[in-house]
Amino acid sequence: MIPELGNFALALACCLALAQAVVGIWGAQRRDIRLMAATPGLAVGQFLALATAAGALVWAAVHDDFSVANIAENSAIAKPLMYKISGCWGNHEGSILLWGLILSICGAAVSLAGRNLPSGLRARVLGVLGGTSCGFLLFALTTSNPFLRIWPPPADGQGMNPLLQDPGLAFHPPILYTGYVGFAVPFAFAVAALIEGRIDAAWGRWVRPWALTSWAFLTCGIALGSWWAYYELGWGGYWFWDPVENASLMPWLTGTALVHSAIVVEKRESLKIWTVLLAIGTFSLSLSGTFLVRSGILNSVHSFANDPARGIFILALLALVIGGSLLLFALRAPRLSSGGIFAPISREGALVLNNILLCSICAVVVVGTMYPPFADLLLGQKISVGAPFFNATVLPLAIPLFAAMAVGPLLPWKRAKLMPIVEHAWWAALAAVIVTGACTIGMKILPALAFGFATWIILGSFAEVVERVLLFRTPVASSFRRARGLPIAVLGAAIAHAGMGVTLAGLAGAALDSQKIVSAKVGQTFSSGGYEWTLMKLEDADGPNYTSRMATIYVKKDGVPVVLMHPSRRNFTAQHQTTSDVAISTNLLRDLYAVLGEEHDGQAVLRLHVNVLAPWIWLGAFTMAIGGAISLSDRRLRVGAPSRARPDAVTA
Amino acid sequence: MTRKHRRLVVVLACMAGLGSAAALTLNAFSNTMVFFMTPADLAEKNPPPGQTVRLGGMVEAGSLKRTIEDGEPGATFRVTDGKSAVTVAYTGILPDLFREGQGVVALGSLLPDHSFHAQEVLAKHDETYMPKDVADALKKRGYWKEGQKPPATKAAGS
Repeated sequence: MIPELGNFALALACCLALAQAVVGIWGAQRRDIRLMAATPGLAVGQFLALATAAGALVWAAVHDDFSVANIAENSAIAKPLMYKISGCWGNHEGSILLWGLILSICGAAVSLAGRNLPSGLRARVLGVLGGTSCGFLLFALTTSNPFLRIWPPPADGQGMNPLLQDPGLAFHPPILYTGYVGFAVPFAFAVAALIEGRIDAAWGRWVRPWALTSWAFLTCGIALGSWWAYYELGWGGYWFWDPVENASLMPWLTGTALVHSAIVVEKRESLKIWTVLLAIGTFSLSLSGTFLVRSGILNSVHSFANDPARGIFILALLALVIGGSLLLFALRAPRLSSGGIFAPISREGALVLNNILLCSICAVVVVGTMYPPFADLLLGQKISVGAPFFNATVLPLAIPLFAAMAVGPLLPWKRAKLMPIVEHAWWAALAAVIVTGACTIGMKILPALAFGFATWIILGSFAEVVERVLLFRTPVASSFRRARGLPIAVLGAAIAHAGMGVTLAGLAGAALDSQKIVSAKVGQTFSSGGYEWTLMKLEDADGPNYTSRMATIYVKKDGVPVVLMHPSRRNFTAQHQTTSDVAISTNLLRDLYAVLGEEHDGQAVLRLHVNVLAPWIWLGAFTMAIGGAISLSDRRLRVGAPSRARPDAVTA
Repeated sequence: MTRKHRRLVVVLACMAGLGSAAALTLNAFSNTMVFFMTPADLAEKNPPPGQTVRLGGMVEAGSLKRTIEDGEPGATFRVTDGKSAVTVAYTGILPDLFREGQGVVALGSLLPDHSFHAQEVLAKHDETYMPKDVADALKKRGYWKEGQKPPATKAAGS
């Protein structure tokens, strides 16, 4: 009964979304106040209906209702409760439902937080969100319904892929999807602005918090995914340039560009047309990322052949959303007036450079990701591009970006001179040169350069803060007073930029890694990466739904005990699948990383890594997201909204 | 600076950015593109030693030997597509899903003695235990059809 309720709620949400689209756009076109006032209610209703549907699916999973096909295929009685819940969004049907739910949350948030938006703009934004939502809910209902029943129900489900049975993966999809779907709001604002034919500084101020929020979530989502790959897959790597990862990187790159170009719209009323195009492009990449690459439709011609309805529906929907918005852009963009003039060397100029480089990087990632499947589909050529391709293309474009990153925030708006910048940032540049020089001793040139750039970005990010508080040039108390008066957005930007530097240092640390594969008897000792690793014992250690072999490795450095590590190999009986449970011991400067391989003739294969600075990769990403969150709390993003009655309503 | 000048500078900067992106892409494509081949393709096209290719096929039943070289464990096994077969040497831990008689993809290059040195062995596949590329290649060559037992036995005439 509950799954039928979920099915009904899903269908109801689809109808409400359609109503939201029609009422919102048509009502705003007719300037009908009653229709426009009805859209927020419809958006909240759609959210409630989808929350009910998601709740019903979770209920079915928790109660092991194997008459629901989706639960029977992806769950099992022996599965721990947490994974029964998180498993709901680990499969295709469930993830589409999660997608719709997050989109409806965005709609409800715009309804509630956007009370002081002009009513026409709000109705159009909600209308566009409703239309997008309606399309994808229709897709869920017709081709990927999670509530379909099977008869007779099996006694037990098939269980989830053991690799997905992991706490990191329980939180990864909701966070990543919030990042993806959140960009629907800037997209809706862009389309609404195109329909209205008007963009001003206020538009930039309304769009930026949404773009920034989605960007912060996407950053966290990508970092969590890469962290999961690092500790779960047991290869010691964290980024494989595979299509699923690239699918999240592409909207991140254009989203980063959007966050920056929206500043120019807000402050200088310039780059308006470009920002609208970025908003459309970012959401288009999110969409094609989730639906073409993640669903495997492009990667495997099989899933097309197995289920043509699904493939054709999704292609038609993507063509409608992306093509429609681009067509609207082509028709309406010339009507948008261009804004203020600026010199090439200025804050605007630096942000334009940032946008050009980020979009160029995105373009090469798009080509590298999309070309192989298209070559297979159209030319029948089986080719692949891997890390060497992306390293050769992304790195040369990233270097000028890193170099410019620390300088940009120091430049004043409109026109600037380079000389004052040199006066403000020379110490960061000097430190970077010293670090690079020190690193070239015993290191290759590329990692040394990366460490240098990391130093430059981290120190240079705070150059503006240092400059503004007149550190060391006035008494400390005066500096402190100035620091308290600093706009929070400046601090947020500095922290986010520094986070990028921290991540870069973590990536460069890979050059100092060491790894050793050994075949070990119990009691044997190996030395690798400056540590002595002793295999103490091998034993059985069974879990709730798996059997397992666990090794105990005693790690010492120069005779001093460091840590006991317990890597294991798990055999999931229901799926006949073996996974490696990696043992990681970190002190934030390096990870000790041990993997247990197969056992033959009393000898176990062990893989022992020392990964230098590896934790910094994810720490840096979370720092970036925190920087974004701090920027969001800036009062300047809130004040100046049309109504002063509820000054905090625009953000949220 | 006039509006026209500014626009010119921006357009030039865009062209420089996208132009270098295009140049880098084309250059990287010619150097790093990796082709997928079965053992029969290897025999026909005979890529020069050192060129990286993705070799796909079935692991010949009974051909897997575990080796230990300089204390590092490794393995040699033969990969077949039913027509020809090639010996693959690999140092490292074979993936958890590696089995004799099942599909495999090895990333590596030919050595001058026509054996294959793998840097990476992938055994990632769906419930039918066939990597997609391998299944497609074997089907195209007519050695395997969906639902049949895969040609894991010794290749004829090799």
